[in-house]
Amino acid sequence: MGAITLKESYPVEAGDFSTAGEASGKIKRVLKKLGIDSAIVRRVAVAAYEVELNLVIHSMGGHMDLIVEPDYLQLNVHDRGPGIPDVDLAMREGYSTASDDVRTMGFGAGMGLPNMRRNANDFSIRSTVGVGTDIEMGFKL
Amino acid sequence: MTIQQFIDLTNAKLVTPEVPTDREISCGYTCDLLSWVMAHGAADMAWITVQTHMNVVAVAALMDMAAVIAPEGITFEAEVIEKAQEEGIALLECGETAYSLCGKMIAAGVPAD
Repeated sequence: MGAITLKESYPVEAGDFSTAGEASGKIKRVLKKLGIDSAIVRRVAVAAYEVELNLVIHSMGGHMDLIVEPDYLQLNVHDRGPGIPDVDLAMREGYSTASDDVRTMGFGAGMGLPNMRRNANDFSIRSTVGVGTDIEMGFKL
Repeated sequence: MTIQQFIDLTNAKLVTPEVPTDREISCGYTCDLLSWVMAHGAADMAWITVQTHMNVVAVAALMDMAAVIAPEGITFEAEVIEKAQEEGIALLECGETAYSLCGKMIAAGVPAD
């Protein structure tokens, strides 16, 4: 573990599509300002956007914590529920529980969690129904 | 191909006048599923989609895309245009279908990726 360069927390409101993507945009700007390689910034931005949209679409709200160390970046996400009954199923590409309204907007392709796992070097998810979901993503810098 | 050359080729209307049109387009793409685009998008891409809501700009900005093109006479709302100008993403409205626009871009030498 290196010294922490930066630690920030970004709240995400449930159901607010008008501001969806703003937290990811802020994260991207912060990382660019830190001079992190643009290919890594884009991978973090994709993963951040996917998890942010998952919070907006599926959760009761939560927050995304960004921790940047000299050689490692963590994006730790916590929500306040409702939790995922079958995480293995949720991780499957193409599986989605999004509503028809949300699908009409181009979301709900069932690509969110697989996209996160694909872009992060390390990925873990824990979920308890009625409590919430924690996702931890790590990126080597 | 630059954004301006795309406009000249397709008679597209640039609705973000503050965004420079001399930016080079690296590749073209068409898809309306945002997560799919997040998985396959690229920097400096020109993305054709019938989706015109705010999150289209968010996806384009996060992927460092050059332009988003609405085909078949579809128009962007004022607040979406404003956001795109802030982010430096060119928004174009065009009468042709996505299929036709892709054909023209490929014929002009714009690669698929």
